[in-house]
Amino acid sequence: MRQIKLARNVLLGIEDLLLHKLRSFLTTLGIVFGVGSVVAMLSVGEGASKEAMDQIRKLGSNNIIINSVKSVEEESTSTTHSHMSIYGLTYDDYARVTETFKTIRRTAPVKLIRKEGRLGERALELRIVGTTPVWFELVQRPIIAGRVLMASDDNEHAPAAVLTEFGARKLLAAENTIGQTLRIGSDRFEVVGIVKSESGQAGNIQIPDQEVDVYIPINVATAYFGDVTSRRTSGGFEREMVELHQLIVQVDSIENVEPVANGIENMLSRFHKKKDYLVSVPLALLRQAEATKRTFNIVLGSIAGISLLVGGIGIMNIMLASVTERTREIGIRRAIGAKRKQIISQFLIETVVLSIMGGLIGIGLGVLVPVLITYFAGMPTVVTLKSIVLPLVISFAVGIIFGLYPAVRAAKVDPIVALRHE
Amino acid sequence: MIREAGSNSDLSDAAKAKSDIEIIKLEDARKIYQMGGSKVNALGGVTLSFKRGSFWAIMGPSGSGKSTMMNVLGCLDHLSSGRYILEGRDVSTLDDDSLSEMRLRHLGFIFQSFNLIPQLTVQRNIELPLYYLGWEAGRSADRARELAEKVGLKERLNHRPSELSGGQMQRVAVARALANDPQIIFADEPTGNLDTATGKEILGLLTELNEQGKTIIMVTHEMDVAAYSKQRLHMLDGLVGRVEGAEE
Repeated sequence: MRQIKLARNVLLGIEDLLLHKLRSFLTTLGIVFGVGSVVAMLSVGEGASKEAMDQIRKLGSNNIIINSVKSVEEESTSTTHSHMSIYGLTYDDYARVTETFKTIRRTAPVKLIRKEGRLGERALELRIVGTTPVWFELVQRPIIAGRVLMASDDNEHAPAAVLTEFGARKLLAAENTIGQTLRIGSDRFEVVGIVKSESGQAGNIQIPDQEVDVYIPINVATAYFGDVTSRRTSGGFEREMVELHQLIVQVDSIENVEPVANGIENMLSRFHKKKDYLVSVPLALLRQAEATKRTFNIVLGSIAGISLLVGGIGIMNIMLASVTERTREIGIRRAIGAKRKQIISQFLIETVVLSIMGGLIGIGLGVLVPVLITYFAGMPTVVTLKSIVLPLVISFAVGIIFGLYPAVRAAKVDPIVALRHE
Repeated sequence: MIREAGSNSDLSDAAKAKSDIEIIKLEDARKIYQMGGSKVNALGGVTLSFKRGSFWAIMGPSGSGKSTMMNVLGCLDHLSSGRYILEGRDVSTLDDDSLSEMRLRHLGFIFQSFNLIPQLTVQRNIELPLYYLGWEAGRSADRARELAEKVGLKERLNHRPSELSGGQMQRVAVARALANDPQIIFADEPTGNLDTATGKEILGLLTELNEQGKTIIMVTHEMDVAAYSKQRLHMLDGLVGRVEGAEE
């Protein structure tokens, strides 16, 4: 019964507002923009944190990734002829990192060589990843066929290779890949398995695997390809000696990620004369995303707040004008027997209907804006249920807050004076 | 229900019995307005009683206090002192909500300028008291139709007041005043904005309602309008001057 009555009152309110369509619409504009920016803000924020979560999932939230980098001085001197640059992580670093920190669960060393691989007729520029079976525990990707590397491969120096789905398809596009022979340079490897792979950049951290990867035991990689790579450049040969290109460290719990990362940083700085390594923490991506989200929330939040305030004042202004305009109507209703609180509810309902209609239009606008942001600025956005419900609640609240004063003013109208009002 | 509401402790059984006959009773009613520094006695101690089913005209020049009298009797205004007993209930001490309730349940109003709500249709205007009484939509629509038929405006239910003539608008006002089936109908210069012929129609309607048992209290300054009433009360300077017409 109550609901029916409320529904009827709301309908009456809508009828009254429809009498002044343009005025009602203009009145709601402030709310429209306010709510629109709230929706946009929330979806950009959600998008940023979802992206960060995705990246962390790809990288592993408990992982620390240490890359070898050519230091700045090295970069400038390497232009001279046949100079050999020696930099990066060493086998000693691998042993030290693994042994020093109790909270490290496991560590995967990574050696990278770029070479062409052949399988029958087809050839593909591969990134050869020399690593241990631990890699597959740290960079978890579904196995499509066969198996991943095993401890025995490493121990026995077995020439086993694991391809990615992408690589397998490029090289063969046929079945029975497992057991075939992959030739890299003059060396032969047996394809033992195929895994799925991710690729791309996660924030400023390169995710550990690529589509053109082929995984072989690290001992085999060292034995077959050595630590020195040479490249022909315009000035002659450029030679580099790098023992390990990457270390992927998994820590036992998220809380220990950052302390361990700092510890590794400190330890490496003691053993390396130059800064030829870079410690990256996927978790830092989350912090970065949260910082972005916070900035966005502050900027858009203030815009939204100001719009809502202006919108609310606009609504209040129009409702006050409406109360004055309808003084006589109020007097008639009061003379007939309407109580003060019934007059209050009539005007309050009108204001709330007005602000919620504004809110709905604003949500429509606010859902459109993130789409445009994603399209033009390439920023990820996610419209969640929360980012629709919250603005609705806000517009309801704006209606109540800014509608109360005009409604109370309406109820205070003296029927005797109002009936004489022209 | 009315009797129950009227069973105030300050009313004796005899008074209660009397209230069956006396629907309105004023005892030394005073209304004082503060106008700047000076006080104006709009009502200067009026004692009177109206019987159930009577048809009174309150007359007097402007400033005589007849509007104040109307507002007080219509539960729109409070007395400064004295007592007002309506339907056996002392309403002089009631708060705003209770006065609204009294108007809603027992009184009907007809005004000189019709006072219809312009954006509402004829039907909605007639339904207005029923809306505040909490009637459901279907039932009040039936009642509105019935009343519109009674005042001869059945075809105009979906029109807005601006599409009606003055006489038609006042008929709508009469229908609205009847919607809550009140005992007393107040008519404030009901023919003031109408030509003589339509004025007569409205007065005929009021007479008819009086014959059906409604108590009618009409404010007017025109003799020939007042002639439709059974009794006349002449006011002067906030006091009752002359009373005309036979007690039945």
